[in-house]
Amino acid sequence: MAINHGSKRLVVGAHYGARDWLVQRITAALMALFTLVLLVQLLFGKPLGYDKWAGIFSAQWMKVLTFVVIVSFAWHAWVGMRDIWMDYVKPVGTRLVLQVLTLVWLVGCAGWAVQVLWRL
Amino acid sequence: MRLTDALQYRLPLAGVVSILHRVSGGIMFILLPFVIWLFDTSVTSEISYDRFTSAFVAGIGFVPAFIVKLAVLALIWAYLHHAIAGVRHLWMDMTHSVTKEQGRSSAIVTLAASLVLTVLLGARLFGLY
Repeated sequence: MAINHGSKRLVVGAHYGARDWLVQRITAALMALFTLVLLVQLLFGKPLGYDKWAGIFSAQWMKVLTFVVIVSFAWHAWVGMRDIWMDYVKPVGTRLVLQVLTLVWLVGCAGWAVQVLWRL
Repeated sequence: MRLTDALQYRLPLAGVVSILHRVSGGIMFILLPFVIWLFDTSVTSEISYDRFTSAFVAGIGFVPAFIVKLAVLALIWAYLHHAIAGVRHLWMDMTHSVTKEQGRSSAIVTLAASLVLTVLLGARLFGLY
């Protein structure tokens, strides 16, 4: 049987975190884009007040972009927090509990944010 | 190795940026409900918008305005540091700028830019100008 461990290990197929790495960068780029789009709208036009602030988020394209950013944030934070738990928390049971709580926290917050966004 | 042992390490500046990237991410993760509360009250209605602005002047519930501002200041720093350190990562990925010297100089830029912007925005937040 061919040797498939050590320096000859099979690297393709298992990804070894490549997807998380890519997700982390794509979601970050989306959030950076959102930041720029929001800043441009805040810095130009009318002085900031409730009308302008609510107006920015009531445009349909901005709602879609903000929704994408909420999902991006949750996914990005999941990858990052999972990395932190995996690095610092070694007991498997405690780590699992923390990871589940992280998911509950992120999904709950994302739901609340979407609710605020879409009742505008 | 225990945490106290880790604190004995003399980290290079790139290492400082790296651990602060985690700390800033963790801060934003923990303060996430506060961020959504800020979004909710500021955007939902004119009445809630007034509640939002008065939280920075008169406080909200049992929380004094000073604490609200402090939490927002923590968010400002965390966001700036995390975003700039993130752009640094993207830049390193795209240009393969990963020598020791490049790591050190980009770490200095990251720390300086995030701290200067935090001080400027923080001064505005606390009404110094």
